[in-house]
Amino acid sequence: MDFDQARYARDDRYEPLLSEKNAAREEIDDSPLPDELTRDAVELPGLSEPELARHYTRLSQMNWSVESGPYPLGSCTMKYNPSFTEDVAADPNAAIHPDRSPRTSQGTLELLYELQDYLARIGGMDAVTLQPPAGAAGEFTGILVAKAYHESNGDDRSEVVIPASAHGTNFASAAMAGYDVVELPSGDDGRVDMEALDAALSEDTAALMLTNPNTVGLFERDIVEIAEMVHDVGGLLYYDGANLNALLGRGRPGDMGFDIMHYNVHKTFATPHGGGGPGAGPVGVVSELEPFLPNPRVREKGGNYRLEDAEDSIGKVHGYTGNWFVLVKAYAYIARLGDAGLSDASAKAVLNANYLAEQLDYEVPYEPFHHEFAATAGDRDAADVAKRMLDYGVHPPTTKWPEFVPEAMLTEPTEIENRDSLDDLAHAFNAAMADSDEELENAPSRTTARRIDQVGAARDPQLSWQALDDE
Amino acid sequence: MFEVPEDRKYLESHEYATTGGDTATIGITDFAQDELGDVVFVELPGEGEELTKGEEFGVVESIKAVSDLYAPVSGTVVAVNEDLFDAPELVNEDPYGDGWMLEVEVADEGAFDELLSAEEYRDQTE
Repeated sequence: MDFDQARYARDDRYEPLLSEKNAAREEIDDSPLPDELTRDAVELPGLSEPELARHYTRLSQMNWSVESGPYPLGSCTMKYNPSFTEDVAADPNAAIHPDRSPRTSQGTLELLYELQDYLARIGGMDAVTLQPPAGAAGEFTGILVAKAYHESNGDDRSEVVIPASAHGTNFASAAMAGYDVVELPSGDDGRVDMEALDAALSEDTAALMLTNPNTVGLFERDIVEIAEMVHDVGGLLYYDGANLNALLGRGRPGDMGFDIMHYNVHKTFATPHGGGGPGAGPVGVVSELEPFLPNPRVREKGGNYRLEDAEDSIGKVHGYTGNWFVLVKAYAYIARLGDAGLSDASAKAVLNANYLAEQLDYEVPYEPFHHEFAATAGDRDAADVAKRMLDYGVHPPTTKWPEFVPEAMLTEPTEIENRDSLDDLAHAFNAAMADSDEELENAPSRTTARRIDQVGAARDPQLSWQALDDE
Repeated sequence: MFEVPEDRKYLESHEYATTGGDTATIGITDFAQDELGDVVFVELPGEGEELTKGEEFGVVESIKAVSDLYAPVSGTVVAVNEDLFDAPELVNEDPYGDGWMLEVEVADEGAFDELLSAEEYRDQTE
Protein backbone atom coordinates (compact mmCIF):
# COMPACT_ATOMS: atom_id res chain seq x y z
CA MET A 1 0.00 0.00 0.00
CA ASP A 2 1.27 3.44 -0.94
CA PHE A 3 0.42 6.36 1.29
CA ASP A 4 0.65 10.13 1.20
CA GLN A 5 -1.49 12.21 3.50
CA ALA A 6 -3.27 15.31 2.23
CA ARG A 7 -1.48 18.59 2.95
CA TYR A 8 -3.09 21.94 2.26
CA ALA A 9 -0.61 24.75 2.76
CA ARG A 10 -0.03 28.21 1.36
CA ASP A 11 3.42 29.71 1.96
CA ASP A 12 4.05 26.64 4.12
CA ARG A 13 1.18 27.55 6.46
CA TYR A 14 -1.55 25.00 6.84
CA GLU A 15 -5.19 25.59 6.09
CA PRO A 16 -5.99 28.84 7.90
CA LEU A 17 -8.49 29.03 10.72
CA LEU A 18 -12.02 29.99 9.76
CA SER A 19 -11.58 33.31 11.51
CA GLU A 20 -8.58 34.08 9.31
CA LYS A 21 -10.44 33.50 6.04
CA ASN A 22 -11.92 36.49 4.22
CA ALA A 23 -12.35 38.35 7.49
CA ALA A 24 -14.74 41.23 7.08
CA ARG A 25 -15.26 43.99 9.59
CA GLU A 26 -18.78 44.26 10.90
CA GLU A 27 -20.02 47.24 12.86
CA ILE A 28 -22.02 46.44 15.97
CA ASP A 29 -25.03 48.44 17.05
CA ASP A 30 -25.20 49.91 20.51
CA SER A 31 -25.11 47.33 23.24
CA PRO A 32 -26.84 47.51 26.62
CA LEU A 33 -23.64 46.17 28.23
CA PRO A 34 -21.11 48.49 29.94
CA ASP A 35 -18.63 50.15 27.54
CA GLU A 36 -15.59 48.29 28.88
CA LEU A 37 -17.20 44.97 27.92
CA THR A 38 -18.13 45.87 24.34
CA ARG A 39 -16.43 46.51 21.00
CA ASP A 40 -17.49 48.74 18.12
CA ALA A 41 -16.84 46.07 15.52
CA VAL A 42 -15.81 42.43 15.12
CA GLU A 43 -14.03 40.68 12.29
CA LEU A 44 -16.04 37.73 11.03
CA PRO A 45 -15.23 35.41 8.12
CA GLY A 46 -17.36 36.07 5.06
CA LEU A 47 -17.56 32.64 3.48
CA SER A 48 -19.71 30.86 0.94
CA GLU A 49 -21.05 27.41 1.74
CA PRO A 50 -18.59 25.57 -0.56
CA GLU A 51 -15.66 27.41 1.08
CA LEU A 52 -16.94 26.29 4.47
CA ALA A 53 -17.45 22.69 3.31
CA ARG A 54 -13.96 22.57 1.81
CA HIS A 55 -12.43 23.96 4.97
CA TYR A 56 -13.80 21.17 7.14
CA THR A 57 -13.14 18.49 4.54
CA ARG A 58 -9.51 19.59 4.28
CA LEU A 59 -9.10 19.54 8.04
CA SER A 60 -10.53 16.02 8.17
CA GLN A 61 -8.17 14.88 5.40
CA MET A 62 -5.16 16.23 7.28
CA ASN A 63 -6.24 14.29 10.35
CA TRP A 64 -6.13 10.58 11.13
CA SER A 65 -9.00 8.59 12.56
CA VAL A 66 -10.30 5.06 12.79
CA GLU A 67 -12.31 5.94 9.67
CA SER A 68 -9.01 6.51 7.78
CA GLY A 69 -7.42 3.17 8.61
CA PRO A 70 -6.18 0.83 11.35
CA TYR A 71 -5.66 2.46 14.75
CA PRO A 72 -4.16 -0.28 16.97
CA LEU A 73 -3.43 1.71 20.15
CA GLY A 74 -2.97 -0.97 22.79
CA SER A 75 -5.03 -0.49 26.00
CA CYS A 76 -7.04 2.31 24.33
CA THR A 77 -9.27 0.05 22.15
CA MET A 78 -9.87 2.43 19.26
CA LYS A 79 -13.00 0.89 17.78
CA TYR A 80 -15.10 2.10 14.90
CA ASN A 81 -18.41 3.43 16.18
CA PRO A 82 -21.19 2.10 13.96
CA SER A 83 -23.30 4.97 12.70
CA PHE A 84 -26.64 3.33 13.54
CA THR A 85 -25.92 4.11 17.20
CA GLU A 86 -25.65 7.79 16.26
CA ASP A 87 -28.96 7.57 14.40
CA VAL A 88 -30.65 6.15 17.48
CA ALA A 89 -29.25 8.88 19.72
CA ALA A 90 -30.27 11.54 17.17
CA ASP A 91 -33.89 10.37 17.08
CA PRO A 92 -36.04 13.30 18.29
CA ASN A 93 -37.80 10.90 20.66
CA ALA A 94 -34.47 10.42 22.47
CA ALA A 95 -34.26 14.13 23.32
CA ILE A 96 -35.88 13.94 26.74
CA HIS A 97 -35.26 16.60 29.37
CA PRO A 98 -33.88 14.88 32.47
CA ASP A 99 -36.27 16.85 34.70
CA ARG A 100 -39.32 15.28 33.07
CA SER A 101 -41.33 13.39 35.63
CA PRO A 102 -40.89 9.60 35.67
CA ARG A 103 -44.61 9.30 34.87
CA THR A 104 -44.07 10.96 31.48
CA SER A 105 -40.67 9.42 30.69
CA GLN A 106 -41.32 5.72 31.21
CA GLY A 107 -39.63 4.79 27.93
CA THR A 108 -36.40 6.53 28.92
CA LEU A 109 -36.36 4.87 32.31
CA GLU A 110 -37.17 1.48 30.79
CA LEU A 111 -34.16 1.77 28.47
CA LEU A 112 -31.90 2.71 31.38
CA TYR A 113 -33.30 -0.13 33.48
CA GLU A 114 -32.70 -2.63 30.70
CA LEU A 115 -29.17 -1.34 30.19
CA GLN A 116 -28.49 -1.81 33.92
CA ASP A 117 -29.78 -5.35 33.52
CA TYR A 118 -27.74 -6.07 30.35
CA LEU A 119 -24.55 -4.83 31.98
CA ALA A 120 -25.20 -6.79 35.18
CA ARG A 121 -25.68 -9.97 33.18
CA ILE A 122 -22.62 -9.33 31.00
CA GLY A 123 -20.39 -8.73 34.04
CA GLY A 124 -21.95 -11.26 36.41
CA MET A 125 -22.86 -8.45 38.84
CA ASP A 126 -26.02 -8.05 40.94
CA ALA A 127 -26.62 -4.31 40.54
CA VAL A 128 -25.42 -1.53 38.25
CA THR A 129 -25.32 2.27 38.30
CA LEU A 130 -25.11 4.15 35.00
CA GLN A 131 -24.25 7.49 36.57
CA PRO A 132 -20.41 7.82 36.38
CA PRO A 133 -19.50 9.92 33.31
CA ALA A 134 -16.27 8.11 32.28
CA GLY A 135 -14.19 5.01 32.98
CA ALA A 136 -11.96 6.77 35.49
CA ALA A 137 -15.03 8.26 37.18
CA GLY A 138 -16.35 4.70 37.38
CA GLU A 139 -13.17 3.58 39.15
CA PHE A 140 -13.45 6.45 41.61
CA THR A 141 -17.12 5.63 42.22
CA GLY A 142 -16.31 1.95 42.72
CA ILE A 143 -13.61 2.72 45.27
CA LEU A 144 -15.95 5.12 47.11
CA VAL A 145 -18.51 2.30 47.26
CA ALA A 146 -15.84 -0.02 48.70
CA LYS A 147 -14.94 2.62 51.26
CA ALA A 148 -18.59 3.13 52.27
CA TYR A 149 -18.99 -0.66 52.64
CA HIS A 150 -15.97 -0.98 54.94
CA GLU A 151 -17.05 2.05 56.98
CA SER A 152 -20.55 0.65 57.41
CA ASN A 153 -18.91 -2.43 58.97
CA GLY A 154 -16.92 -0.18 61.31
CA ASP A 155 -13.85 -1.36 59.45
CA ASP A 156 -11.07 1.21 59.08
CA ARG A 157 -8.85 0.23 56.15
CA SER A 158 -6.17 2.42 54.59
CA GLU A 159 -4.66 0.66 51.56
CA VAL A 160 -5.53 -0.25 47.98
CA VAL A 161 -3.25 -2.76 46.24
CA ILE A 162 -2.59 -2.20 42.50
CA PRO A 163 -0.23 -4.04 40.10
CA ALA A 164 2.57 -1.86 38.70
CA SER A 165 1.33 -2.60 35.16
CA ALA A 166 -2.16 -1.18 35.85
CA HIS A 167 -3.59 1.86 34.09
CA GLY A 168 -2.50 5.11 35.73
CA THR A 169 -6.10 5.97 36.54
CA ASN A 170 -6.23 3.10 39.11
CA PHE A 171 -3.56 4.76 41.25
CA ALA A 172 -5.24 8.14 40.90
CA SER A 173 -8.72 6.80 41.76
CA ALA A 174 -7.47 5.08 44.93
CA ALA A 175 -5.50 8.16 46.00
CA MET A 176 -8.46 10.48 45.28
CA ALA A 177 -10.61 8.31 47.55
CA GLY A 178 -8.05 8.84 50.34
CA TYR A 179 -6.25 5.49 50.22
CA ASP A 180 -2.53 4.75 50.32
CA VAL A 181 -1.50 2.84 47.20
CA VAL A 182 0.53 -0.37 47.56
CA GLU A 183 2.19 -1.15 44.24
CA LEU A 184 2.53 -4.80 43.27
CA PRO A 185 5.49 -5.76 41.03
CA SER A 186 4.76 -7.96 38.00
CA GLY A 187 5.87 -11.59 38.17
CA ASP A 188 8.38 -13.00 35.67
CA ASP A 189 5.51 -14.34 33.56
CA GLY A 190 3.88 -10.88 33.33
CA ARG A 191 1.06 -11.82 35.71
CA VAL A 192 0.39 -11.09 39.38
CA ASP A 193 3.27 -12.37 41.51
CA MET A 194 1.44 -14.52 44.10
CA GLU A 195 4.17 -14.22 46.74
CA ALA A 196 4.28 -10.45 46.36
CA LEU A 197 0.47 -10.37 46.58
CA ASP A 198 0.52 -12.43 49.77
CA ALA A 199 3.04 -9.98 51.27
CA ALA A 200 1.03 -6.93 50.19
CA LEU A 201 -2.35 -8.05 51.56
CA SER A 202 -3.24 -7.32 55.16
CA GLU A 203 -6.02 -6.18 57.50
CA ASP A 204 -5.41 -2.71 56.03
CA THR A 205 -6.30 -3.81 52.50
CA ALA A 206 -9.53 -2.17 51.35
CA ALA A 207 -9.34 -3.54 47.81
CA LEU A 208 -7.17 -5.05 45.10
CA MET A 209 -7.70 -3.43 41.68
CA LEU A 210 -7.07 -5.76 38.77
CA THR A 211 -7.44 -5.72 34.99
CA ASN A 212 -8.12 -9.10 33.41
CA PRO A 213 -6.81 -9.87 30.84
CA ASN A 214 -4.04 -7.57 32.02
CA THR A 215 -2.16 -4.81 30.24
CA VAL A 216 -0.11 -7.16 28.06
CA GLY A 217 -3.18 -9.24 27.21
CA LEU A 218 -2.46 -12.11 29.62
CA PHE A 219 -5.31 -13.78 31.49
CA GLU A 220 -4.71 -13.82 35.24
CA ARG A 221 -5.12 -17.58 35.49
CA ASP A 222 -4.77 -17.56 39.29
CA ILE A 223 -7.79 -15.29 39.58
CA VAL A 224 -9.86 -17.66 41.76
CA GLU A 225 -7.00 -18.03 44.23
CA ILE A 226 -6.35 -14.28 44.10
CA ALA A 227 -10.02 -13.63 44.95
CA GLU A 228 -9.82 -16.02 47.91
CA MET A 229 -6.68 -14.34 49.24
CA VAL A 230 -8.23 -10.87 49.01
CA HIS A 231 -11.49 -12.00 50.61
CA ASP A 232 -9.61 -13.86 53.38
CA VAL A 233 -8.16 -10.56 54.64
CA GLY A 234 -11.57 -8.89 54.35
CA GLY A 235 -10.73 -6.90 51.22
CA LEU A 236 -12.77 -6.39 48.06
CA LEU A 237 -11.74 -7.32 44.52
CA TYR A 238 -12.14 -4.58 41.91
CA TYR A 239 -12.31 -5.29 38.17
CA ASP A 240 -11.06 -2.63 35.76
CA GLY A 241 -13.23 -3.17 32.68
CA ALA A 242 -10.68 -1.77 30.23
CA ASN A 243 -10.11 -5.18 28.64
CA LEU A 244 -13.58 -6.66 28.93
CA ASN A 245 -13.81 -6.81 25.11
CA ALA A 246 -11.50 -9.86 25.32
CA LEU A 247 -14.00 -11.79 27.47
CA LEU A 248 -17.43 -10.67 26.27
CA GLY A 249 -19.83 -13.58 26.31
CA ARG A 250 -17.08 -15.97 27.48
CA GLY A 251 -16.12 -15.04 31.01
CA ARG A 252 -17.69 -12.84 33.66
CA PRO A 253 -15.80 -10.91 36.35
CA GLY A 254 -18.54 -11.80 38.86
CA ASP A 255 -17.92 -15.52 38.28
CA MET A 256 -14.19 -14.99 38.89
CA GLY A 257 -14.83 -13.54 42.35
CA PHE A 258 -14.80 -9.81 41.60
CA ASP A 259 -17.02 -7.66 43.83
CA ILE A 260 -16.98 -4.35 41.95
CA MET A 261 -16.31 -3.48 38.30
CA HIS A 262 -16.59 -0.60 35.90
CA TYR A 263 -17.49 -0.85 32.23
CA ASN A 264 -15.68 1.26 29.64
CA VAL A 265 -18.60 1.53 27.25
CA HIS A 266 -16.37 3.20 24.62
CA LYS A 267 -13.98 0.23 24.59
CA THR A 268 -16.42 -2.60 25.03
CA PHE A 269 -19.58 -1.32 23.36
CA ALA A 270 -18.34 1.16 20.71
CA THR A 271 -19.50 4.51 22.01
CA PRO A 272 -17.31 7.53 21.14
CA HIS A 273 -14.08 7.98 23.08
CA GLY A 274 -14.51 10.96 25.35
CA GLY A 275 -11.35 13.01 25.05
CA GLY A 276 -12.83 15.21 27.74
CA GLY A 277 -16.28 15.09 26.20
CA PRO A 278 -19.25 13.17 27.56
CA GLY A 279 -18.61 9.50 28.27
CA ALA A 280 -20.01 6.81 30.51
CA GLY A 281 -18.40 4.45 33.02
CA PRO A 282 -21.17 2.37 34.61
CA VAL A 283 -20.28 0.44 37.77
CA GLY A 284 -21.52 -3.01 38.76
CA VAL A 285 -21.39 -4.53 42.25
CA VAL A 286 -22.36 -7.69 44.11
CA SER A 287 -25.52 -7.54 46.22
CA GLU A 288 -23.70 -6.73 49.51
CA LEU A 289 -22.52 -3.44 47.99
CA GLU A 290 -25.75 -2.43 46.25
CA PRO A 291 -27.00 -0.12 49.07
CA PHE A 292 -23.99 2.14 48.56
CA LEU A 293 -24.36 2.82 44.81
CA PRO A 294 -24.91 6.46 43.73
CA ASN A 295 -28.38 8.03 43.86
CA PRO A 296 -30.71 7.87 42.03
CA ARG A 297 -31.05 4.41 40.50
CA VAL A 298 -33.74 3.22 38.12
CA ARG A 299 -35.97 0.57 39.69
CA GLU A 300 -38.97 -1.31 38.42
CA LYS A 301 -42.13 -2.43 40.20
CA GLY A 302 -45.15 -3.96 38.52
CA GLY A 303 -44.13 -2.68 35.08
CA ASN A 304 -43.60 0.87 36.36
CA TYR A 305 -40.16 2.45 36.27
CA ARG A 306 -39.06 5.03 38.84
CA LEU A 307 -36.03 6.75 40.27
CA GLU A 308 -35.09 5.70 43.79
CA ASP A 309 -32.66 7.05 46.36
CA ALA A 310 -31.03 4.73 48.88
CA GLU A 311 -30.22 5.88 52.41
CA ASP A 312 -26.70 4.42 52.54
CA SER A 313 -25.73 5.66 49.06
CA ILE A 314 -22.42 7.47 48.52
CA GLY A 315 -24.58 10.21 46.94
CA LYS A 316 -24.28 11.65 43.47
CA VAL A 317 -21.19 11.39 41.27
CA HIS A 318 -22.80 13.10 38.26
CA GLY A 319 -26.08 14.78 37.31
CA TYR A 320 -29.26 12.78 36.92
CA THR A 321 -28.74 9.18 35.72
CA GLY A 322 -25.53 9.82 33.77
CA ASN A 323 -24.80 10.81 30.18
CA TRP A 324 -27.99 9.65 28.53
CA PHE A 325 -26.94 10.01 24.88
CA VAL A 326 -23.84 7.88 25.44
CA LEU A 327 -25.86 5.28 27.31
CA VAL A 328 -28.40 5.12 24.46
CA LYS A 329 -25.56 4.26 22.06
CA ALA A 330 -24.22 1.53 24.35
CA TYR A 331 -27.74 0.13 24.67
CA ALA A 332 -28.24 0.18 20.89
CA TYR A 333 -24.94 -1.60 20.30
CA ILE A 334 -25.67 -4.36 22.84
CA ALA A 335 -29.24 -4.83 21.57
CA ARG A 336 -28.13 -4.99 17.93
CA LEU A 337 -25.32 -7.50 18.55
CA GLY A 338 -27.16 -9.69 21.02
CA ASP A 339 -25.56 -12.62 22.86
CA ALA A 340 -24.12 -14.21 19.72
CA GLY A 341 -22.77 -10.90 18.38
CA LEU A 342 -21.04 -9.98 21.63
CA SER A 343 -19.39 -13.41 21.85
CA ASP A 344 -18.34 -13.04 18.23
CA ALA A 345 -16.78 -9.63 18.97
CA SER A 346 -14.52 -11.06 21.69
CA ALA A 347 -13.55 -14.02 19.51
CA LYS A 348 -12.52 -11.69 16.68
CA ALA A 349 -10.67 -9.31 19.02
CA VAL A 350 -8.53 -12.21 20.26
CA LEU A 351 -8.15 -13.84 16.84
CA ASN A 352 -7.09 -10.55 15.21
CA ALA A 353 -4.42 -9.84 17.82
CA ASN A 354 -3.01 -13.36 17.48
CA TYR A 355 -3.11 -13.33 13.67
CA LEU A 356 -1.35 -9.96 13.54
CA ALA A 357 1.38 -10.97 16.02
CA GLU A 358 2.04 -14.07 13.95
CA GLN A 359 2.84 -11.88 10.90
CA LEU A 360 5.34 -9.66 12.72
CA ASP A 361 9.15 -9.79 12.69
CA TYR A 362 9.09 -8.73 16.35
CA GLU A 363 9.58 -10.58 19.58
CA VAL A 364 6.47 -10.76 21.80
CA PRO A 365 7.86 -11.63 25.24
CA TYR A 366 4.58 -12.40 27.06
CA GLU A 367 2.22 -15.12 25.83
CA PRO A 368 -0.42 -16.45 25.42
CA PHE A 369 -2.11 -13.10 25.01
CA HIS A 370 -5.73 -12.34 24.23
CA HIS A 371 -6.99 -9.13 22.56
CA GLU A 372 -3.68 -7.20 22.70
CA PHE A 373 0.04 -7.93 22.89
CA ALA A 374 3.24 -6.11 23.77
CA ALA A 375 5.82 -6.54 21.01
CA THR A 376 9.31 -5.16 21.62
CA ALA A 377 11.29 -3.01 19.19
CA GLY A 378 14.45 -4.60 20.65
CA ASP A 379 17.50 -2.37 20.20
CA ARG A 380 15.56 0.25 18.24
CA ASP A 381 13.63 3.19 19.65
CA ALA A 382 9.94 2.21 19.77
CA ALA A 383 8.87 5.84 19.27
CA ASP A 384 10.97 6.17 16.10
CA VAL A 385 9.60 2.90 14.70
CA ALA A 386 6.08 4.14 15.49
CA LYS A 387 6.66 7.45 13.69
CA ARG A 388 7.96 5.55 10.66
CA MET A 389 4.82 3.37 10.65
CA LEU A 390 2.81 6.53 9.97
CA ASP A 391 4.54 6.71 6.58
CA TYR A 392 3.02 3.36 5.66
CA GLY A 393 -0.54 4.59 6.12
CA VAL A 394 -1.49 3.16 9.50
CA HIS A 395 -1.64 4.53 13.02
CA PRO A 396 1.11 3.00 15.18
CA PRO A 397 0.53 1.15 18.46
CA THR A 398 1.01 2.54 21.97
CA THR A 399 4.75 2.86 22.62
CA LYS A 400 7.06 2.49 25.64
CA TRP A 401 4.31 1.21 27.90
CA PRO A 402 4.03 -0.90 29.98
CA GLU A 403 7.50 -0.10 31.24
CA PHE A 404 8.46 -3.69 32.12
CA VAL A 405 8.55 -4.51 28.41
CA PRO A 406 11.64 -2.86 26.88
CA GLU A 407 10.80 -0.53 23.94
CA ALA A 408 7.22 -1.79 24.13
CA MET A 409 4.80 -1.55 21.22
CA LEU A 410 1.45 -2.37 22.82
CA THR A 411 -0.82 -3.42 19.99
CA GLU A 412 -4.59 -3.93 19.89
CA PRO A 413 -6.08 -4.26 16.41
CA THR A 414 -9.61 -4.79 17.85
CA GLU A 415 -12.32 -6.93 16.30
CA ILE A 416 -13.20 -4.40 13.59
CA GLU A 417 -10.28 -5.15 11.22
CA ASN A 418 -10.47 -7.74 8.45
CA ARG A 419 -7.59 -9.82 7.17
CA ASP A 420 -6.55 -7.29 4.47
CA SER A 421 -6.20 -4.44 6.92
CA LEU A 422 -4.36 -6.68 9.42
CA ASP A 423 -1.93 -7.51 6.59
CA ASP A 424 -1.51 -3.77 5.89
CA LEU A 425 -0.72 -3.28 9.57
CA ALA A 426 1.78 -6.14 9.58
CA HIS A 427 3.46 -4.69 6.49
CA ALA A 428 3.80 -1.30 8.21
CA PHE A 429 5.32 -2.90 11.33
CA ASN A 430 7.82 -4.98 9.37
CA ALA A 431 8.74 -2.36 6.76
CA ALA A 432 9.40 0.26 9.46
CA MET A 433 11.61 -2.18 11.37
CA ALA A 434 13.59 -2.93 8.19
CA ASP A 435 14.22 0.74 7.40
CA SER A 436 17.52 2.49 8.11
CA ASP A 437 18.24 4.48 11.27
CA GLU A 438 18.23 7.65 9.17
CA GLU A 439 14.76 6.91 7.79
CA LEU A 440 13.48 6.29 11.30
CA GLU A 441 15.00 9.46 12.71
CA ASN A 442 13.47 11.58 9.94
CA ALA A 443 10.04 9.95 10.05
CA PRO A 444 7.29 10.67 9.39
CA SER A 445 7.84 12.08 5.91
CA ARG A 446 4.51 11.41 4.18
CA THR A 447 2.09 12.83 6.72
CA THR A 448 0.59 16.31 6.89
CA ALA A 449 2.54 17.18 10.02
CA ARG A 450 6.13 15.92 9.92
CA ARG A 451 8.63 15.33 12.72
CA ILE A 452 7.52 17.32 15.73
CA ASP A 453 10.04 18.83 18.14
CA GLN A 454 8.70 17.13 21.29
CA VAL A 455 11.51 18.39 23.52
CA GLY A 456 11.14 21.98 22.31
CA ALA A 457 7.38 21.82 22.71
CA ALA A 458 7.72 20.59 26.31
CA ARG A 459 10.54 22.90 27.38
CA ASP A 460 9.34 26.05 25.68
CA PRO A 461 5.62 25.76 25.01
CA GLN A 462 3.99 28.62 23.11
CA LEU A 463 0.26 28.26 23.42
CA SER A 464 -1.73 30.20 20.86
CA TRP A 465 -5.02 30.03 19.03
CA GLN A 466 -3.25 30.74 15.77
CA ALA A 467 -0.19 29.34 13.99
CA LEU A 468 2.96 31.17 15.04
CA ASP A 469 5.52 32.31 12.49
CA ASP A 470 8.88 30.59 12.78
CA GLU A 471 11.49 32.85 14.30
CA MET B 1 30.19 3.92 30.58
CA PHE B 2 28.58 6.47 32.88
CA GLU B 3 30.41 8.93 35.07
CA VAL B 4 30.23 8.12 38.82
CA PRO B 5 32.36 10.63 40.80
CA GLU B 6 34.07 9.42 44.00
CA ASP B 7 33.31 12.56 46.04
CA ARG B 8 29.67 11.65 46.66
CA LYS B 9 27.36 8.84 47.73
CA TYR B 10 24.33 7.38 45.99
CA LEU B 11 20.82 6.04 46.43
CA GLU B 12 19.64 2.98 44.51
CA SER B 13 17.01 5.25 42.96
CA HIS B 14 19.85 7.24 41.29
CA GLU B 15 20.12 10.39 43.43
CA TYR B 16 23.50 11.54 44.72
CA ALA B 17 24.66 13.61 47.71
CA THR B 18 28.14 15.13 47.97
CA THR B 19 30.11 14.24 51.10
CA GLY B 20 32.79 15.99 53.13
CA GLY B 21 31.07 19.25 54.13
CA ASP B 22 28.39 20.62 56.47
CA THR B 23 26.11 20.80 53.50
CA ALA B 24 25.46 18.22 50.78
CA THR B 25 24.64 18.95 47.16
CA ILE B 26 21.85 16.75 45.79
CA GLY B 27 21.05 15.81 42.22
CA ILE B 28 20.53 12.82 39.92
CA THR B 29 23.27 10.72 38.34
CA ASP B 30 24.62 10.61 34.81
CA PHE B 31 23.01 7.15 34.43
CA ALA B 32 19.64 8.55 35.56
CA GLN B 33 19.66 11.48 33.16
CA ASP B 34 20.55 9.15 30.29
CA GLU B 35 17.73 6.75 31.18
CA LEU B 36 15.23 9.59 31.46
CA GLY B 37 16.16 11.23 28.16
CA ASP B 38 15.54 14.92 27.56
CA VAL B 39 14.48 16.50 30.85
CA VAL B 40 11.74 19.08 30.33
CA PHE B 41 10.65 20.03 33.84
CA VAL B 42 11.99 19.89 37.39
CA GLU B 43 9.92 20.54 40.53
CA LEU B 44 11.89 21.22 43.73
CA PRO B 45 11.07 22.26 47.31
CA GLY B 46 11.84 25.81 48.52
CA GLU B 47 14.59 27.02 50.83
CA GLY B 48 13.99 26.17 54.48
CA GLU B 49 11.97 23.04 53.75
CA GLU B 50 12.94 19.77 55.43
CA LEU B 51 13.96 16.64 53.55
CA THR B 52 13.53 13.17 55.03
CA LYS B 53 15.92 10.51 53.88
CA GLY B 54 14.28 8.08 51.46
CA GLU B 55 11.15 10.18 50.99
CA GLU B 56 10.04 12.10 47.91
CA PHE B 57 11.26 15.68 47.64
CA GLY B 58 10.46 16.60 44.06
CA VAL B 59 9.68 15.50 40.53
CA VAL B 60 11.70 15.28 37.34
CA GLU B 61 9.84 15.05 34.03
CA SER B 62 11.31 13.98 30.71
CA ILE B 63 9.63 13.37 27.37
CA LYS B 64 9.56 9.68 28.34
CA ALA B 65 8.44 9.66 31.97
CA VAL B 66 7.62 11.54 35.15
CA SER B 67 9.72 10.33 38.10
CA ASP B 68 9.73 11.12 41.81
CA LEU B 69 12.98 12.29 43.37
CA TYR B 70 14.02 10.68 46.68
CA ALA B 71 16.13 12.38 49.33
CA PRO B 72 19.50 10.66 49.89
CA VAL B 73 19.91 12.44 53.24
CA SER B 74 17.71 14.20 55.79
CA GLY B 75 18.23 17.93 56.30
CA THR B 76 17.18 21.51 55.64
CA VAL B 77 17.25 23.00 52.15
CA VAL B 78 19.63 25.99 52.12
CA ALA B 79 19.85 26.57 48.35
CA VAL B 80 17.81 25.62 45.29
CA ASN B 81 19.16 25.59 41.72
CA GLU B 82 16.61 27.93 40.21
CA ASP B 83 18.41 27.81 36.84
CA LEU B 84 16.73 24.43 36.29
CA PHE B 85 13.30 26.04 36.11
CA ASP B 86 14.26 27.87 32.92
CA ALA B 87 16.89 25.43 31.67
CA PRO B 88 15.99 21.86 32.72
CA GLU B 89 18.41 20.60 30.05
CA LEU B 90 21.25 21.37 32.51
CA VAL B 91 20.31 18.09 34.24
CA ASN B 92 21.19 16.26 31.01
CA GLU B 93 24.23 18.32 30.12
CA ASP B 94 25.99 18.44 33.48
CA PRO B 95 24.22 16.34 36.15
CA TYR B 96 27.05 16.60 38.69
CA GLY B 97 27.83 20.28 38.02
CA ASP B 98 25.43 22.94 36.73
CA GLY B 99 22.59 20.42 36.85
CA TRP B 100 22.65 20.14 40.67
CA MET B 101 19.25 20.45 42.37
CA LEU B 102 19.48 21.27 46.09
CA GLU B 103 22.01 22.16 48.73
CA VAL B 104 21.03 20.70 52.08
CA GLU B 105 22.30 21.24 55.61
CA VAL B 106 22.75 17.65 56.69
CA ALA B 107 20.83 16.81 59.86
CA ASP B 108 22.79 13.75 60.87
CA GLU B 109 26.44 13.15 59.97
CA GLY B 110 26.00 9.38 60.11
CA ALA B 111 23.29 9.60 57.47
CA PHE B 112 25.78 9.00 54.68
CA ASP B 113 26.70 5.58 56.03
CA GLU B 114 23.77 3.72 54.53
CA LEU B 115 24.25 5.20 51.06
CA LEU B 116 26.03 3.39 48.23
CA SER B 117 29.68 4.22 47.51
CA ALA B 118 30.67 5.19 43.98
CA GLU B 119 31.90 1.64 43.42
CA GLU B 120 28.71 0.02 44.74
CA TYR B 121 26.55 2.33 42.63
CA ARG B 122 28.66 1.61 39.55
CA ASP B 123 28.11 -2.13 40.13
CA GLN B 124 24.37 -1.57 40.38
CA THR B 125 24.14 0.22 37.04
CA GLU B 126 26.26 -2.27 35.12
